[in-house]
Amino acid sequence: METMADRDDETRGLLDVTLTLNGETTSVAVDPAERLLDVLRYRLGLPGTKEGCGEGECGACTVYLDGLPVMSCLVPAYQVRGRRVETVESLTPAEVANLHASGATQCGACTPGVAMTARWVARHPELLEQHTVRQLMAGNLCRCTGYDGIVEGVEADLAAAAKTKARGARS
Amino acid sequence: MNVLLPASLEEACDLLAEHRAVPVAGGTDLLVEWPQQLDAHRRTYLDLSALEAELRPHRLSDEALVLGALTTYWDVLQDPAVRRAFPLLACAARQVGAIQIQARGTWAGNVANASPAADGVPVLMAYDAVLELASRDGVELVPLASFYRGYKDMRRRPEQLIRSIRLPRRRYDLQWFEKVGSRRAQAITKVGAAVTRSAAGWRVVANSVAPTVCRCPSVERLLANETPIAGPADLLPALRRDVSPIDDLRSTAAYRERVLARVLYWGLRDACPWFR
Ligand SMILES: Cc1cc2nc3c(=O)[nH]c(=O)nc-3n(C[C@H](O)[C@H](O)[C@H](O)COP(=O)(O)OP(=O)(O)OC[C@H]3O[C@@H](n4cnc5c(N)ncnc54)[C@H](O)[C@@H]3O)c2cc1C
Ligand code: FES
Ligand code: FES
Repeated sequence: METMADRDDETRGLLDVTLTLNGETTSVAVDPAERLLDVLRYRLGLPGTKEGCGEGECGACTVYLDGLPVMSCLVPAYQVRGRRVETVESLTPAEVANLHASGATQCGACTPGVAMTARWVARHPELLEQHTVRQLMAGNLCRCTGYDGIVEGVEADLAAAAKTKARGARS
Repeated sequence: MNVLLPASLEEACDLLAEHRAVPVAGGTDLLVEWPQQLDAHRRTYLDLSALEAELRPHRLSDEALVLGALTTYWDVLQDPAVRRAFPLLACAARQVGAIQIQARGTWAGNVANASPAADGVPVLMAYDAVLELASRDGVELVPLASFYRGYKDMRRRPEQLIRSIRLPRRRYDLQWFEKVGSRRAQAITKVGAAVTRSAAGWRVVANSVAPTVCRCPSVERLLANETPIAGPADLLPALRRDVSPIDDLRSTAAYRERVLARVLYWGLRDACPWFR
C-alpha cells in the first residue's frame, strides 16, 4: 500500500542517500535543499552537532567527511551519498577528557565543533609540521574561553599521543 | 530546488547542454546564501561530487601542473611536490577560510565564483593559468587573465564546465603573495597581491581593488624597466592606471590603494635593487 510518506517523497523529489554514519550504514531520504547539518539533527537523531552561524564561519557544525573536518552547514545532504560521516557523538569521553580538564569549554556553544577539530588534530600530529595548533583551530570560534584552554587541551592530547608512540617504539 | 546527479563528465556535459543548471563543487560559496535566498531554491543544480575519480586528481609533470575541477585547497597543501613547484598555491590555500573550508573548497569553484576578493585566483593568474572549459561541443582553452570581462562576468557559457586548470612549469626567480584581511583566518581579503618573475616576464596580480581580480600591466612595465622607486608613493601613478578600488563594507578605496602600494613596495624591495 502506498503511504502518505511515499507520495510525499515523490512529489517533493526526495533523494535516497546511503552513507556510513559513525561507522554504521544508514539510509535517509533528503530534500535537494537540505543541509547535512539539518539531516543529522532533525532526521537522524544526532543533535550533538550545533548550528552557530549557518554560513561556514564559526565551526560549531564541524563533522568529519571522509575523515576531514568540514562545516556541515555548507554540505548539501545529497553529497554524502556513499561517503563516511562522523559526528561529535562518535567521540568517547576519554577523547575529550583533556579539553575538559584544560577549561576548553564554558558556555558550551562552540564545544561540539571544537572537540571535533581538536580530536582530528590530535590524531594527525604530522599536521604540526606545516601548521600551528592555533592555525588548525582557527575555523572554530569561541566567545568565552579566549582559546588558551582549547590550545592547551589539544597540546595535552598531542603530548599523550607522542608518549604512547614512544612507548610503543621501545617495546 | 531541483538537482541533477550525473555519474560521469560526459553525462554532466549532456545535462548542462539541456538544462540551465548551476554546477555544485564543494558548495562553500553556494551554500552560504542557500538557506536565505528564495532564488537559490528555484534553480536547478548539477552536482559534481560523484565525479571525483575523474575530476579530483591533480597531475604534476615536467611541463605543467594540471588541477582537476574538484581539486581542493587541502589536496594541494598535502602534496609536497606541488608545494615546492608552485609555492604560492600553498600560500594562498593556507589563507582561504580555515581548515574546514580548505578541505571542501575547490580552485575551480574559486575561479567560477568570480569574486574580486578571491585568494586562489591571483596566484593562479600570476602563474599564467589556462582554463580548460568543456561542453558537449568540445573543449575551449581560455587564459585566466582574459577570463573575466567585468564584475561576475566571465567568458564561460552556461553549458561549459571548468574541467581543469593548467599551470605551465617555469623557473621563477621571484614568487610572492600577500593577503591583508581584518583577521588571520576566516577573513575576506581587503587588499591582496601575487607577483612572479620568470623568463616570461613580470606578473603582478591584485585582488579586491577592481571589479575582478586583475593583472597590473602598468606596474609590470614599471618593474620590467627597472624604473627607480623611492617609496610606496612612486608606485601609485602606475597602480591607478591598473586598478579601481571602491568603498564597501569591508574597506575604503583610499585605504586599499595606499595599502596595495605599501604592500607591493615592502614586498618587492629586497628583490629589486632599483627600489630605494
Ligand atoms: C567561511 C568561509 C570563508 C571563506 N574564505 C575564503 C577566503 O579566505 N578566500 C577565498 O578566496 N574564498 C573564501 N571563501 C569562498 C570559497 O570557499 C571559495 O571561493 C572556494 O574556492 C569555492 O569552491 P567550492 O568548490 O566550494 O565552490 P562552490 O560553492 O561549489 O561553487 C562556487 C561557484 O563556482 C561554480 N563552479 C564550481 N565548480 C565549477 C566548475 N567545475 N565549472 C564551472 N563552474 C563551477 C558554481 O556554480 C558556483 O557558481 C570562503 C567561504 C566561506 C564559507
Ligand atoms: S554553523 Fe556551520 S560554520 Fe557556523
Ligand atoms: S565556550 Fe562559549 S563559545 Fe566557546
